[in-house]
Amino acid sequence: MDATRFGMRQRPAGLVSVCALAALLAAIPALTTSKAAAAEDAPAGVVTLAAYTTPREAYEEIISMFQATPMGAAVDFETSYSGSGDQSRAVEAGLPADVVALSLWPDIDRLVAPGIVAPDWWQNDYAGIVHDSIVVFAVRPGNPKGIADWPDLIREDVDVITPNPFTSGGAQWNLLAAYQAQIVAGRSEDEARAYLKALIANTSVMDRSAREALTTFAAGQGDVLIAYENEAIFAQQAGQPLEYVVPEGTILIENPVAVTLTGDAPVAAAAFVDFLYTPEAQAVFGRKGYRPVIAEVLAQFEYAQPSNLFTIADMGGWPEARPRFFDPGSGIVAEIFGELGRDAA
Amino acid sequence: MSTGVGAAPRIGPAITGRYDGRGLMGPGIAAIYLGLLVLIPISAILWRSVSDGLDDFVAAVTSPQAVAALQLTFTVSVVVMLINALMGTAIAWVLVRDQFLGKPLVNALIDLPFALPTIVAGLTLLALYGPQSPFGINAAYSQAGIIIALLFITLPFVVRAVQPVLVELDREMEEGAASLGASSPVVVRRIILPNLFPAILSGSALGFARCIGEFGSVVLIAGNIPFRTELASVYIYGQVEADAPGAASAVSVMLLVASLGLLAAFDLLRRRISRHEESAA
Repeated sequence: MDATRFGMRQRPAGLVSVCALAALLAAIPALTTSKAAAAEDAPAGVVTLAAYTTPREAYEEIISMFQATPMGAAVDFETSYSGSGDQSRAVEAGLPADVVALSLWPDIDRLVAPGIVAPDWWQNDYAGIVHDSIVVFAVRPGNPKGIADWPDLIREDVDVITPNPFTSGGAQWNLLAAYQAQIVAGRSEDEARAYLKALIANTSVMDRSAREALTTFAAGQGDVLIAYENEAIFAQQAGQPLEYVVPEGTILIENPVAVTLTGDAPVAAAAFVDFLYTPEAQAVFGRKGYRPVIAEVLAQFEYAQPSNLFTIADMGGWPEARPRFFDPGSGIVAEIFGELGRDAA
Repeated sequence: MSTGVGAAPRIGPAITGRYDGRGLMGPGIAAIYLGLLVLIPISAILWRSVSDGLDDFVAAVTSPQAVAALQLTFTVSVVVMLINALMGTAIAWVLVRDQFLGKPLVNALIDLPFALPTIVAGLTLLALYGPQSPFGINAAYSQAGIIIALLFITLPFVVRAVQPVLVELDREMEEGAASLGASSPVVVRRIILPNLFPAILSGSALGFARCIGEFGSVVLIAGNIPFRTELASVYIYGQVEADAPGAASAVSVMLLVASLGLLAAFDLLRRRISRHEESAA
């Protein structure tokens, strides 16, 4: 076979295939864009959302809603859902993320030091918070033990379930609420500490996370589960037989969201976070058991209003409250564990 | 070896195709693999545990909660190891020496704890032996629950270590002993068990090492109350969550030392027994 003749015969065929490939490549953008007609100045790109586990269904719905709007039409999403602390550590270790939506403020704030999130990330109209919840008591149907308020939890005949505050940052809400509820009811700090000790002594299981504590309670253990309202609602929506009681004094659980400095699509990410504060998105959170942060949307849902609702700010904010209670060596809760351990020995 | 100027160096029989056990490729590959997977990560933990200073290391491993967690972990692991040594040997005996319907199935089931994801094992055990147990057995959130979970997880270790030895065991020794008038218990005690002892030791040591590090299957059923039902692995996880990786590494090192210590001790014991037997033969 003559090499030149072979080459000359191949060249036209090669040219055709190269042109076809180029045409195909040029056509790909036209084939893959537009779930809706994109606006002129609409951001484009892939937004990576790193969120904690429980708002997963809410975010899936909100993402679809966002992509149906002109602003979100050219945006694709990659999502990751994991425990809040785990997710925070993963992002710190290099997990790419454009938006972080975690369970508590410190989990995002600790990303400021490595330069992943801006120091003023929380300075907007909503202090960086995208949805709320409160600490409630989940009880058996019919509330057979008659649990109504915090003092009932330290009764002898009541068995309490609450997650371990050292393995789950979110679990810290429960014990902070327990302590502060005593303070707002007029008791002294010593009395509040004594209450906390009695409560922990009355606890039979401390699961690794809130979701596992729910599993334990659903498996039949305990008379009352100190839970987040959104978890209790989630369980009810999933058909779990439980009711929940709102105590008179309880803490407002505030879940934050932030855009990172290190993401690939900052404009699209900012547009998405703006969308989270629209009434439509807030209503999705409301339907999934969270309390919207926009007052008008919150009013659409019939959430109980506790008579004494306090926030972490009333306890000095996370930077003060967390070490005071949960420092593994000198924190109040760590000391209580030590005392109970020595008493039991 | 080289035979003078111009002789090719012996790179390794792996290339030439002959095996004489003296090449460098085999050990080289093994060393790299072991290094990457085992040695480097373990060195990293060791380094991390002391990188905050020796004082912090000591404080971390002597903190009351850590001590309680380690005590609980070692106690339940020793109990589980002893039960395994007994029951694992018994099961291996039945599987090798007895015939019954469904034996291949039972034999395959022994490996089930290896195949099942630990968190699935934990959920299953909680359903079976927890508050909603269909058998009425509620052992959850206590040391008994932890022991049940660990027994499940470490079942295969002793069984699989003893089985091959039993299969290879020369029946002539037992028949000879029987023909000399030894009763069954004597045959078991003086002929069979000494032969199985090294395998029982190595299986038990592996089971112990697995026990002290177990997390997924026990974290649901244990209860995790500090000073009562909190295992070392859960405590370590808590330290990681609390942004105290140095303390987590320090307690991990204690578990590592315990594992390696026991493995080394049992290995030594095995060798002494084997040497004793060889010299007696």
